[in-house]
Amino acid sequence: MTGENAIRLRPPRNAVDERAVAWWRSRLLTTTAVPVVVLGVLGALIGPARFWLLAAATAVAALGLACTAFFPAWWFRVHRWEVTEDAVYVRTGAFWQEWRIAPMSRIQTVDTSRGPLEQLFRLATVTVTTASSKGALRIAGLDHELAADLAERLTAITQDTPGDAT
Amino acid sequence: MSVDRAEKVDQETDWLQLDPRTVLVRVVLFSGVLAGAALPTAFGLAGSRPLWQAFAWVATGVALALAVDIVAETVRFRRTRYRVGRERVELHTGLLVVQRRSLTRERIRSADLTANPLQRVFGLVKVRIGTGEHTSGGESTLELDLVTRAEGERLRHELLARAAVTAAEDPVHDPTLAVLDPRWIRYAPVSFLAPALGGAAAGAVMQVSEWFGAQGKVIDWIGDRFRDVSVTWIIVDLILLATVAGAVGALGLWVEMWWNYRLEREPGGTVRVSRGLFTARSVSLEERRLRGIELVEPLGVRLCGAARVDAVATGLTESGDDRHTDLKTLLPAVERAVADRVAAQVLREPEPPTGAPLAVHPRAARTRRVGWALWSVLVPVAVLALLGLLLTPVLLYVAAGCVVVLTPVAVLFALDAYRSLGHGVSGAYLVTRSGTVRRATVALQRSGVIGWTVKQSYFQRRAGVLTLTATTAAGAGAYDIRDVGRTQGLTFAAGAVPDLLTPFLEPVPTRDTQTTRDERDTQEARPTER
Repeated sequence: MTGENAIRLRPPRNAVDERAVAWWRSRLLTTTAVPVVVLGVLGALIGPARFWLLAAATAVAALGLACTAFFPAWWFRVHRWEVTEDAVYVRTGAFWQEWRIAPMSRIQTVDTSRGPLEQLFRLATVTVTTASSKGALRIAGLDHELAADLAERLTAITQDTPGDAT
Repeated sequence: MSVDRAEKVDQETDWLQLDPRTVLVRVVLFSGVLAGAALPTAFGLAGSRPLWQAFAWVATGVALALAVDIVAETVRFRRTRYRVGRERVELHTGLLVVQRRSLTRERIRSADLTANPLQRVFGLVKVRIGTGEHTSGGESTLELDLVTRAEGERLRHELLARAAVTAAEDPVHDPTLAVLDPRWIRYAPVSFLAPALGGAAAGAVMQVSEWFGAQGKVIDWIGDRFRDVSVTWIIVDLILLATVAGAVGALGLWVEMWWNYRLEREPGGTVRVSRGLFTARSVSLEERRLRGIELVEPLGVRLCGAARVDAVATGLTESGDDRHTDLKTLLPAVERAVADRVAAQVLREPEPPTGAPLAVHPRAARTRRVGWALWSVLVPVAVLALLGLLLTPVLLYVAAGCVVVLTPVAVLFALDAYRSLGHGVSGAYLVTRSGTVRRATVALQRSGVIGWTVKQSYFQRRAGVLTLTATTAAGAGAYDIRDVGRTQGLTFAAGAVPDLLTPFLEPVPTRDTQTTRDERDTQEARPTER
């Protein structure tokens, strides 16, 4: 398995923006808060089922807080990206990690998107699609100016590259 | 303004109309539908009023609907026109609002003809012209509904023959790649269709009898037939009956689908599949859209030593309407050797890439599969046992029986799944094989690989294996090489598609440098570039 000539994929050169951790945390907290609040309100209103509803709310809250404490830091260590002359290279995931490589010559579109939370943290997501229905690369949690620059640069490179990208 | 100019440039051809008999065919079809709806309605109405009255009402309704339909179809026919210009194909259609569609001829990738029995009686065909692009909303296809068969053939030739210069007839290959061998029908009953059809038949009997309120009678009648036999035998017999019905159904369907089957290469660089007993279909596939071949062996078919050949081509998937899934099938289930030969011929290769010897995956892949098999038995058995402890000891016996019966089956499947795993390079093709219930061997052009995805779960990282996915514009969009050894897989991927993966590989540091390397990793976790 780890013989003399064992090789592996090296991590991409760039980490995502440090604010991404805060963004991921707030996203997790928001998704936790919604069911907790709903359960809490129901618990306050419905007397007979109060114990079970509040217990469920507590459990969800505990789980959400644990995830918030645990995952964003892990994601930050894993999520990395790199753009070379010839290819875009992205690593994502936690339990299931994924390395995606798309050569410049095959890139069809480059999009940036910013959700409301991302705007709050001045972050953006760059999505790079190829002709494959399953080949899209997402670099989430980039500084929004960096993301715009990157999208512009990628678009320029891919327009200069000949071929129909299939 | 620019549109006007474009139209003027393209005005060397005249607008054409659909065949006038289109109206007739569509009205006949509609009256069939009407009759189907009218009869039950009439009988339904007859419950509350005299029979003649009910029929009069329904007849009036039918006549009215028919008149409206005739007018609508005539208007549609009058308003529909198309033309094939030098640069684009245009279609104007629509009943109230005129729809204008046009396709750039350069982008046209397919022109498929279909004709159902009614249309065949009149010698008409439906022509579907497509660009094969993954656009939503179906903007990328034009449908001519209907033109004469001769006109359909002419359109097909004209639209697809642009590459005729390059594809001067290849002397090595006979233009006909395969014709139907009636003996192939023996693989029809072993397909997955058979049990499905059997189940459907049983379901249909129950459903129809329920409509007539006779479901109880049917069950009683079946009970009467089996008055003297035990319940086990009744179940066995019924399953047998459904199986036979399913097999007969599968045979019938096979004949309908594959009668007159012919796979041929046409000048102009297309491969054409024509087939069908009642509904005649003709599917043309441009060779430059072809990125490879998939050899599919469903379990039953595989046990008989047969395989089916599917095309891996761009622009064939994602059209949900009209069951496009069977468009990609180039050859029905046939002997493996024949399938390999046809695959090689379609790809213009001397040796079938799908027959190449494949590299074996590491033992960890087998361990993982056996593990999954044991878990898949253990979990339901554990549930049964728990329920048994709580409720009734009978379930404990059932659980024990399940362990004895299911474990060997599951392990057999796991070992077979491991044996199916394989990958390799054969000439210009990357070959990967996996699956047990539906084993698929994909031969994908190496130049058609437009990216790599490497996936590793936590358990895969511990086992030192990974799943390599070659993304492509064709077919399913991505093809997996599952549970390949880390070094083995990455070396393979780097070799199969040069220069793509190589810049991102590094040697694994030896154990004593491991820690420093990891520290460096984390230090790099700051934006260095830009």
